[in-house]
Formats: sequence, C-alpha cells, structure tokens
Amino acid sequence: MPKWGMVIDLNKCTGCGSCVNACRMENNIPVVGAEAAQEGRTMDWMQIITEYDGEYPNVRITHIPRPCFQCGNAPCVIVCPVHATFVNEDGLVGQVYYRCIGCRYCMNACPYTAKCFNYFKPETPKEYEVLLNPDVTRRMNGVVEKCSFCHHRLALAKDTARYEEREVREEDYQTACLEVCPTKAITFGDLDNQEHEVHHLMHSNRAFRLEESLGTDPKVYYLKREDK
Amino acid sequence: MGNPVNMTNHKPKQSADSSAGAIIEETPLIAGNHTFSSITEKISGVIEGPTPKMWWVLFSFSVSLLLILVGSVGFLIWEGTGIWGLNSPVGWGWAIVNFVFWVGIGHAGTLISAVLHLFRQKWRTSINRFAEAMTIFAVICALLFPTIHVGRIWVLYWFFPIPNQMSMWPNFRSPLLWDVFAVSIYFTVSLLFWYVGLVPDIATLRDRAKTRGKKIIYGILSLGWRGANRHWRHYELGYLILAGLSTPLVLSVHSVVSTDFATSIIPGWHTTIFPPYFVAGAIFSGFAMVMTLAIIARKAFGMEEFITVNHLEKMAKIIMVTGLMVGYAYSIEFFIAWYSGNDYERFTFINRALGPYAWAYWIMVSCNVIIPQFFWSKKLRTNVTVLFILSIFVNIGMWFERFVIITSSLSRDYLPSSWDYYSPSIWDIATFVGSFGLFFTLFLLFLRFLPMISMAEVKGVLPQADPHHPMYQKSGEAHENK
Repeated sequence: MPKWGMVIDLNKCTGCGSCVNACRMENNIPVVGAEAAQEGRTMDWMQIITEYDGEYPNVRITHIPRPCFQCGNAPCVIVCPVHATFVNEDGLVGQVYYRCIGCRYCMNACPYTAKCFNYFKPETPKEYEVLLNPDVTRRMNGVVEKCSFCHHRLALAKDTARYEEREVREEDYQTACLEVCPTKAITFGDLDNQEHEVHHLMHSNRAFRLEESLGTDPKVYYLKREDK
Repeated sequence: MGNPVNMTNHKPKQSADSSAGAIIEETPLIAGNHTFSSITEKISGVIEGPTPKMWWVLFSFSVSLLLILVGSVGFLIWEGTGIWGLNSPVGWGWAIVNFVFWVGIGHAGTLISAVLHLFRQKWRTSINRFAEAMTIFAVICALLFPTIHVGRIWVLYWFFPIPNQMSMWPNFRSPLLWDVFAVSIYFTVSLLFWYVGLVPDIATLRDRAKTRGKKIIYGILSLGWRGANRHWRHYELGYLILAGLSTPLVLSVHSVVSTDFATSIIPGWHTTIFPPYFVAGAIFSGFAMVMTLAIIARKAFGMEEFITVNHLEKMAKIIMVTGLMVGYAYSIEFFIAWYSGNDYERFTFINRALGPYAWAYWIMVSCNVIIPQFFWSKKLRTNVTVLFILSIFVNIGMWFERFVIITSSLSRDYLPSSWDYYSPSIWDIATFVGSFGLFFTLFLLFLRFLPMISMAEVKGVLPQADPHHPMYQKSGEAHENK
C-alpha cells in the first residue's frame, strides 16, 4: 500500500496563497465572512503560517503552508468518540462528516490546529454555487472538517485504474494545492517509493517535520529555508 | 442506624484518666434535647406545613433562570454552536468548564454519604440527605453541558454502544466515551443510594399523610416499608453495599473527567497529576457547595439544632485539607513544568500566571489557596457568616480553576499562528446562569416535598439510640421508640 505524503520546499514557497484558494474551490469550503474571521473562525483546510525572524529592517519571512499532516500516529483519531475521524485504508486520516457529532475534541487534540468547525449552517455565496465541485460532499452545521489530501481524487484514480484493469499510478493522483503552486514548492507521492522524487526529498538534509518531538509522525515534510 | 436495637457499639467516650472519675461528655451531634418524636415532628413539619412565602419567591426566581436556560439551549440547537464564543484553537469553552464545575460539586454528596458512612463518621447523618440531593441535581446540570455542547445534538446517541444496522460502534479509546460511562454510572448509583436512604423517611411521611394523594404517592415511593426488623436488616445491608459501590466512584469519576484533558497532548493538559488533583478539587468544591446550601437551609427552616456549628466546622476542616491539596497541586504543576525541561510546558505555566488569562489565574489562586487558610482559626471556622462568605469564594475559585485549565491551554497551543483569545458570548453566560436555575428549581422542590434531613439516621445518633442509655436502665432492655 502506498504511503501518500507531501514535501513542501520552504525555499520555493512565496506565500502567494494559490494553494489556499485552490483548496477552497476544490473542496467546497464554506465562506464564513469577515466577522467570523475576526472571531477566529476562518475555515481553511490549507493555511499559510507566516513566520517572522529578526528585527526591522532585517526581517526574514518564511511562509509555511499547512495542510492536514495525515499523522501516522494521529492524536485526533484516538480521541474521537464515534470513529468519525479514523485512519482509512489508504493510510490517510479520514473525516466522515455524516458520522461526526461535533464534540470538537479532535480540534483540541490536534497540535497543528488543522481542523475547523462549522459553527453555523455553512454558506456558499450565490455566485460561487456554479463552481461547486460535485465530487466533494458539502458539510452541514455542527461538524468538523479538515484537509483530506483530496481523497476524492484518489477514489477517482482507483476507479479509473480498476476500469482499465491496472494498478493506480502515482501520476493519477495529485492534490489541488500542488497543481496550482506556481513555484512547484509542493511535491506529492508515495513516500515509500524509492524512485520517486518525494522519497529523496524527505531524506534530504533540509527535511524536517513540524513538532516532530510530539511523536505524531506527520506525512508532510518541509525543506528548511536556507538563505543563499 | 434508624433502628435503636442495632446500635450496640455506641458508648459515651471516657477520658484517659477515668480512674480519677472525670468523665468528659461528648458534644452531642444533635443539639436541643430532641427525642425521636420531636425529630419526626420538626423535619416532617417542614413538608407538611404551609408553603413559606419565601419559598415561592425563591422558586419563581429559580424557574425564571431555568426558563433562560431553556431559551438559550433552544436557540443553541436552532442556530448552532456558533452562538457561543468559541473559536478555532479554543474548541471547548464555558460549556466544558461548567460540566467539570458541576461534576466537581456533585462529588461531596457521595463522599459524605458513602465514604463517611464506611468510616462510621456519625456527624454525616445531619447533612448527608441534602448533600446527596445536591449531588444528583449537580450531576443533572453536569450532564446537560456535554449534551448540548456537541454540534449535532440529535445524533448524540451514537455515543452509546447500541447495536445497529449501520455497523457503527463508538471508539472505546476516547476519554469522552469514558466520561459517558463514568458520569452515568455515578448518577445511577447516587440516585439509587439517595432513594434507598429515603425509603424509611418516606414511609414516615406516608404514615403521617392526611390527604389521599399524598398517601398514594408516598405509599408507592416507600415500597411497602413497615419498619420491621427484617426490613431494617435488608435496608442496612443494601445501604452498606451501595456505600461500598459508591466509594470507588468518588475517586473514579473525576479521575475519568481529568483524562479528557490528560490524555490529549496539549501543554498544560498532558500531565499525570490530573486525576488526584481533580479529585481533591472536586471534594473541595463539593464541600463548599454543601456548606453554602446547608447554611441557607438551616437558617431558612430553623434546622440549627440538626446542622450545628460543629457540623459546619467539620466541613470547614475538610475544605481546608482539600484546599491545601489543591494548592500543592498548583505548585507541583509549576515545579514539574520547570523540572521537565519541556519548553512548551514552561511557557504554558508562565503564560497562565502572567499571560492574557493572568486575571483568571490569580482569582483562582486567591480563592482556592489563600481563602481556605482562614479556616486555621477556630474563631473564623465557627462563625457562620464567615463560613458562608468563604464557601462562596471557594465555589468561584473552583469554577475559575477549570476555566484557567481549559482556555489558557487551548488558546496557547503549539503553533503561535493559531493562538487566539477566548471570551464568552451572552449565550455562554445565559446558559451558565440558567444551569443554576435548573439546580435550584430541583433543590427547592426537594426541600418542599422530601425530608431534607434523614430522620431515621439522625435518630440513630441520638444518645437515646444507645441501648445502654440510662433511660433504659430500669426496664433493662431497649425500647422500640419511633
């Protein structure tokens, strides 16, 4: 079974936000509006964390795109009382909206704050409705949601492969954030595949994972920013 | 207990130098030279007499608060959890604070009724009945909060392992599920314990009832109790078994509640001290609440002879001891945060004391650590007014303890990018205030319709209950005296 994972090169990321927007469109993420955003209720499956180093005028800014890390030892999975968030057959951390009761325990347990909650009935502006992705379920009031590594695309790739009577190829499955990245900062694939670039990158000297000491075993690696 | 014939081990204490002939009389637990019949008269009189005007005033006020609760919960279910002040890192706010607060209060009842019963602490008889009632009502309030805090209340039954056609099963590794079992078992056992203890007293009320309605209702509730020797034997054995069952629950419930926090990896939550620390805090807050209510009830219904200053002083001592334990836990948390060398832990605790929630932290420390120190003075801990004021401070302090633990940790988790400040909305406040309405409505109904002090058990600690009492010297045998 492939171990789907991601490597994000922080040298290449410019913080343009394309991945965030692509994710919003791909996954039908509801629009909460300015007021809710002020209250800290922004819904973003992909979020760009900005890190500032140094004093003005010698400031160095690093942008860290943060999807769900699909942890191998996910703290959110243990605490969910109803198995709404679980490790699925592809090794990804799944989130079943129809099973979620909305206790928000997984939100608290996630050290990366990768989960967001539908505090009210989610709304999509009228003009966006034609752009909704029919492959992704729209969520309802009172459930938790998070980045799924565009799992619906993997499902489609598997269906196609079965129809064509072959194995799933890595190029069949790409996430939306990766596709739009103008600087190609994101690499995605099977972390166990020694021939794939993602495998080499994750073993690079620059590779690290966020809060690795917590033992969560994230499947998203970052390549440390280095000034040239 | 209620049956004087069984009270063979009760002897007046004698001083060590009894050879000198000096006998120090034990301070009686019940003041005012009561007899068995005057106790029945006094306690049943509260229920049988006319409803005091003050009761109606308090009841209307409590029901108004209860309506606020109903309204705010209705609006919550209609609109969604967003009406509360929650945000992205702080997924649990006042609802969970209130849950832990009410469960904590619910601890004193079982401690008084079960643990003190097993330790043969006779002073518990005056306060156990309404402490148990308080436990049950507090646990009802506590159960309300986790129920309404979920986003989709209508699928809450998925918590329970009910076989179904959808192959769904709860996750037994989740502490939230342990909570469901721990609190519901606690509620069931406390309710049974309370009810079993009530049976002889309800039978007394049935026998004294003058209207047909009361006769029927109290008749059904008293389960055919006739006060026969056989009944008393079964009753006492059953009561003892229930006390034995409840005793581990006193420790387990709040330990399980603490695992909600201790098992997740949030700094400030992920500590092994939590179970004992929470249990001590629960007993601390529970006794403070019993004290607050006892002082009001004894004053309002003239029960000063049953709940004497002696009783209040004993409770004050327990509050002081558990307050010291809680204070010790606060300091150990700080020490371990420093000693562990873990940067996140160190930051969390410095942030608690000096960060944006420092105001709440220092309210907590003042109320829970400094206030109980006043109880070292005998003069203060025997002054009812002082006890009343200090017990309210302890209640406030314990609410803030849960607030500090939950919000200060969640609002400052691992990634600074997700930090935020949590403040409650008007609906958070309304729900909390409303929960007091629910509590006091139930409590006032209890005071009006059930004996607030256990008549049977109080009779058992009277000097006359001892078969060796001088009163029985002439005939040489114990009398059935009801």
